[in-house]
Amino acid sequence: MSIPATRLPRRFLRRPGRTLAEITTVLVAAAVAFPLYWMVLTAFKPRGQIQSSDPRPWTSTPTLENFRQVFTADDFGRYFLNSVVVATAVVLLSLLVSFLAAVALTRFRFRGRTVLLVMILIAQMVPVEALTIPLFFLMRSVGSAVPQFGLNHLGSLVLVHLAFSLPFAIWMLRGFVAAVPEELEEAATLDGAGRVRFTWQVLFPLVAPGLVAMSVLSFIHAWNDFLFAKTFIISATQNQTLPLAILTFFKPTGNDWGAIMAGSTLMTIPVLVFFVLVQRHLISGIAGAVKG
Amino acid sequence: MTADTTTRRVGVEPTAPDDTAPPTRKRRGDGRSALFYLAPSALVLVGVMGYPLYQLVQLSLYDYGQAQASGGAPLEFLGWGNYATLLGDGRFWTVLVQTCAFAGVCVLGSLAVGIGLAVLAGRVRTLPRMLLFLAALGAWATPAVAGSTVWLFLFDQDFGLVNEVLVGIGLHGFEGFSWTYDRYVAFGLVAGEVIWCSFPFVLVTMYAGIKAIPGEVLEAASLDGASTWRTAREVIMPMLRPLLVIATIQSIIWDFKIFTQIYVMTDGGGIAGQNLVLNVYAYQEAFAGSNYGLGSAIGVVMTILLLIITAIYLRAQRATGERT
Repeated sequence: MSIPATRLPRRFLRRPGRTLAEITTVLVAAAVAFPLYWMVLTAFKPRGQIQSSDPRPWTSTPTLENFRQVFTADDFGRYFLNSVVVATAVVLLSLLVSFLAAVALTRFRFRGRTVLLVMILIAQMVPVEALTIPLFFLMRSVGSAVPQFGLNHLGSLVLVHLAFSLPFAIWMLRGFVAAVPEELEEAATLDGAGRVRFTWQVLFPLVAPGLVAMSVLSFIHAWNDFLFAKTFIISATQNQTLPLAILTFFKPTGNDWGAIMAGSTLMTIPVLVFFVLVQRHLISGIAGAVKG
Repeated sequence: MTADTTTRRVGVEPTAPDDTAPPTRKRRGDGRSALFYLAPSALVLVGVMGYPLYQLVQLSLYDYGQAQASGGAPLEFLGWGNYATLLGDGRFWTVLVQTCAFAGVCVLGSLAVGIGLAVLAGRVRTLPRMLLFLAALGAWATPAVAGSTVWLFLFDQDFGLVNEVLVGIGLHGFEGFSWTYDRYVAFGLVAGEVIWCSFPFVLVTMYAGIKAIPGEVLEAASLDGASTWRTAREVIMPMLRPLLVIATIQSIIWDFKIFTQIYVMTDGGGIAGQNLVLNVYAYQEAFAGSNYGLGSAIGVVMTILLLIITAIYLRAQRATGERT
């Protein structure tokens, strides 16, 4: 990541406290990163060293024992795959659906456009957590018609996360689509390309950066979800997703910390990778939203 | 269908390039194509957000328990009954106060840590700053469940590193100390985790703001003989205020509806529900207590509170948009 040098005047920089400030910064960074370090370290520690009353911040005998345990004894691979399936389906569907909506809202002129825009803005503010109860009943009814999208099936999770990611995705893509000059469409029309062809062969590739940023955000939301996975997947353990699978290692007889940390590590890595990929958008997105 | 050219200002977001651009072309059939392009979104949003929102309000007006959910008993309309029950229930008020206090501590904590570190980051060279931002990015990215489990493990009664270190430096009271037994200690632990994963947003936002202050402005202030304190108070603060408002309200919205951390770290709301917050309370009333009507009423209360906060947020954002 590149953080440009500060533009504060030299008087601020040459203060005698700078070395102290830098030492503090490094110590704080270490403290902030420590829980992550501890998670990964514990995942690679042998069991004896984890369930010990004398924990050490290093290990000389790293092992894959914990990972093997979660994958073999607890069918963790299946839950991992479930999470991947849900998140990927949400990303692909929201990509397609929100792109279409964004194009309609920026490129087409029709009655009620403004009303729709305001409604999408309002939809972003609905605290989706409060909808758990009615959504539970909705999915129950959906399930009696189409089991794949009902309770205990991954489809129900795809549906809710698709809905929750759409308002922001449309809003965000709208800006990207609007940034493509109208003249380009006129040129394309003169060259004989119809609207559909222009949308998919010219517009779609041009807004790719926006699509990537939006996809990553929808992925992370769907991947991290705990509440809806817990509410919808009640009895079908084979359809559980990662967060719930990790919690099964908390046992009244004693928590299996090695497995919990291995599972948490596996859950964190994809998000971390994606976060690093889009951090530029995260930061510029925030700054852009403010500065207008 | 005629083109809508009269009401084109959305108002809330100052950058709406297309809305301010002159309507260059009106094409025939725009309305029909738009309908086709918008249909999938509309279908999903109305079905999975609009309708449930309506149903939430509706459920909250009925006596809706296990019998009604399984279709074994007729629905009984209560009107404001569930709300009256809530308002007369000491537990609800405890949970409401707890939620506000907990969210307040988390918000203030994230702001203090985030702003402090943003100021610090503005005064150090690139390498330490990059280390700090990488660590913060890591904490930010960690899924709530994973963050909760690792904090629980660090503070574990028997195998936790924290107790070990505290005993090691001579605090023998921490031998086998449980961080989730006492109500306030448990809340403190959860708040620690929440602050850990939410201060990076404040840090990044405020650092971007500090960076955007032109050096000339500060030089001018120092040429005019302003002290560091006066520069900070009268030059830097007013320029950072819009960002500060956004960071604050965004944090309030997040921390007010925390579910995962409380649920995982206090095992569903703490001993005898001592660590419940509104969101977890609604969940437990509905899915553990089969009291779906009452749970929905709590959901409505939470939604209204959040909408009020969001309205304030939007007004503030609009005001800053007009000023800059």
